[in-house]
Amino acid sequence: MPAGTLYRGREGMWSWVAHRVTGVLIFFFLFVHVLDTALVRVSPEAYDDVVATYKTPIVALLEYGLVAAILFHALNGLRVIAVDFWSKGPRYQKQMLWTVVGVWVVLMAGALYPVLGHAAAELFGK
Amino acid sequence: MSTDTSSSIGDVEGVSLYDVDHPAPYIEAPRKRTSKTPRATRGNFEMAAWLFMRLSGIVLVVLVIGHLLIQLVLDGGVSKIGFAFVAGRWASPFWQVWDLLMLWLAMLHGANGLRTVINDYAERANTRLWLKGLLYTATVFTILLGTLVIFTFDPNIR
Repeated sequence: MPAGTLYRGREGMWSWVAHRVTGVLIFFFLFVHVLDTALVRVSPEAYDDVVATYKTPIVALLEYGLVAAILFHALNGLRVIAVDFWSKGPRYQKQMLWTVVGVWVVLMAGALYPVLGHAAAELFGK
Repeated sequence: MSTDTSSSIGDVEGVSLYDVDHPAPYIEAPRKRTSKTPRATRGNFEMAAWLFMRLSGIVLVVLVIGHLLIQLVLDGGVSKIGFAFVAGRWASPFWQVWDLLMLWLAMLHGANGLRTVINDYAERANTRLWLKGLLYTATVFTILLGTLVIFTFDPNIR
């Protein structure tokens, strides 16, 4: 089997892939989110019923994933802007990606309790 | 190697036909703008779309991260969200404008992103046409629905 025929890319390619995947996921959530919010025009009960599903442990995990996707897309988007508009951006694109990953890890750790705390309390008791 | 001449042409290529007294004929660059070239061959839509992604992206970073903080982190996180919470926030024009701007920018930003994805991966012209038709229909519907909901919200619906 010939080795090394598949281009596996480097930081630039994989950040581009991740930007795409997170972008598409966020956009699909946005459709659902506008539709569920539109239920406030139907009745308070209809809205509260649907929002109740957002408070279940499984959906809380999905929310944590959504936060992960949004934070990466936002931070990497700022990196893309720096690459495009800052004269030294292309030279430091790798360092900027690892900065993005570092800030993302810190923010995700900070979001752990606020987003998943209520689900953990429900699952494992107070 | 031809070390005795200043020409960059080596022995294999032979002797250059051109020198200072016999310069090579001038060949015009393939895409050079001339007086015959139309002023705009395609228009600036793609450039405007590219710029819009960056400008809307910067604004969305602020709007969306603020939205996540309010909805998922502060004051009990997702547990406090309900009709009463929405009514309280949309009583203020500030949050109405915030949400309206976020809706429009996020939908247009996402729609343009998905347009790029469709252009990249759908190889047949007909597939691209249908996918983009579906995308634009869903986008217009969602933007109009969201806008209508923000403008016609009634806290005393019941």
